[in-house]
Amino acid sequence: MSLIASGSPVIPNFGQGSSCVRGDHTFCWDWVRQHWHDTLEPALVQHLVLTAIAVGIGFAIAITLAMVTHYARLLDHPIGVFSALLYTIPSLALFQLLVPFTGITTSTVEIALIAYTLVILYPNISAGLRSPPPDVLEAARGMGLTPRQVLWRVELPLAVPAIIAGLRIAVVSTISIATIAAFLLPKGLGFPIFVALQNPTPFKTEIYAAGALAVGLALLCDTALVLLQRLLVPWARQRFA
Amino acid sequence: MTLPAGAAELVFDNVSKRYAGRDVAAVSSLTLEIPAGTFCVLVGPSGGGKTTALKMVNRLIPFDDGDIRIDGRSIRELPAAELRRGIGYVIQQGGLFPHMTVGENIAVVPKLLGWQRSRIDERTTALLDLVGLEPADARRYPAQLSGGQRQRVGLARALAADPPLLLMDEPFGALDPITRARLQGELRRLHREVEKTVIFVTHDIDEAITMGDRIAILREGGYLAQYDTPDAILAHPADEFVTKFIGEDRALRRLALQRLVDCPLEPAAGAETGAHVWSGVTVRNAVSLLLESRGDHLVVENDDGTVRGIFRWADATELL
Repeated sequence: MSLIASGSPVIPNFGQGSSCVRGDHTFCWDWVRQHWHDTLEPALVQHLVLTAIAVGIGFAIAITLAMVTHYARLLDHPIGVFSALLYTIPSLALFQLLVPFTGITTSTVEIALIAYTLVILYPNISAGLRSPPPDVLEAARGMGLTPRQVLWRVELPLAVPAIIAGLRIAVVSTISIATIAAFLLPKGLGFPIFVALQNPTPFKTEIYAAGALAVGLALLCDTALVLLQRLLVPWARQRFA
Repeated sequence: MTLPAGAAELVFDNVSKRYAGRDVAAVSSLTLEIPAGTFCVLVGPSGGGKTTALKMVNRLIPFDDGDIRIDGRSIRELPAAELRRGIGYVIQQGGLFPHMTVGENIAVVPKLLGWQRSRIDERTTALLDLVGLEPADARRYPAQLSGGQRQRVGLARALAADPPLLLMDEPFGALDPITRARLQGELRRLHREVEKTVIFVTHDIDEAITMGDRIAILREGGYLAQYDTPDAILAHPADEFVTKFIGEDRALRRLALQRLVDCPLEPAAGAETGAHVWSGVTVRNAVSLLLESRGDHLVVENDDGTVRGIFRWADATELL
């Protein structure tokens, strides 16, 4: 485990902790309270930042690529195949592949995470842009919208449901994959889990607490995106009204 | 440069179109002069090039040869998008933008043309009324409308910027017969109210006869088989193709174009016996009623129920 970065020790002191901690019971609330500020909260914030940067940049790249290939259809297939191949590389292996170039840095982690978001977001956005029915596009052209106006006023708004569906998958999977970043950096919710596993007897409370925070974060982000969809796509919600 | 308001004259001047990889031309040397304000129906079997001819007018389909002119000006003079903003366009499936409300759909072209918000709102309200929708419908989404309502919105949207020319590509093709008949009637009424040149594509000869001031019949390969008023085409089909296309009941179809109120009738002698009929019915329906009555005449009544005259078999044959 040469890649383990050094971090402040968060392994509980079995000699001084509560009886729950010393006995490594299933879940010790007192440990969570005690170490919220020095361990869990920073990890949660780091995790959120890792995810937000990865999804943000991935989204910017994916939507730009999708808009380009929407007109240069020939590029669509190669980009699709490339990004699908990217996804087949295990994330740990991808980190290792990148280390010679970008070192043991946050960039390495972000590049890998961005690559995965691209694989999810690009096909979704691309399909979304192609989703408007032919009669809608013909009406748009026939009414005198320029190709650019068709893209911005018709194709993109109608792609919003597909784009948000893609974002939901990308966000949830990035939150999950980002825990693996701890193999490289002392960052994110993966790190407390990683440290707890280093104990001769893995410390259960820390693993469960960090894991639950990751799940909670994923659920929260997913819910936020569902609400965003409701806000942006009133026309689909009204269908059966 | 904008197209003139009111109605525009449309001329196809020796226009030809052949799609790549096809042996048969889609449109062959089509020459057609459509006077301003005319409701012109393009009708014919599939492969007749009627939709191609229509879409060449707003340059959705480029043509190979000849020229198309609106009020004497070639459609190639304007950029395509600008040309299209001056031409109303209605298609079969409606093509409404699902993410926009009815009001937003109608406002698309006026917005492109840079109209003021207040002018757009006024226009939208007026158009909804014109096509038989409620002002409150402006806030609904297309998914909440019936097929007939969607076509009404499609029509309002096409009329939004008051274009002098309206292209309609089988606009009622996907509607049930009752809704279709109602909208046909309303479109005719609307055409009398607003001065527009309308090009209306259909494969249905009944619809063509009902709707058109003039009918252009196109046959396979995009040849113009005949271009005339419905009555003239029914009375004198140009060739065997037209004869077959309009059907063997063309005598009855001609009678359907006339109403008893417009026919010379035999004066009533008073205290008439026999079946009574309202003078507003078509001669075709009068003939049907005459057959049903098994008599040799009908007593024609005015709107107020007074006797207008007597309708006999001979009167029908004289109309043909």
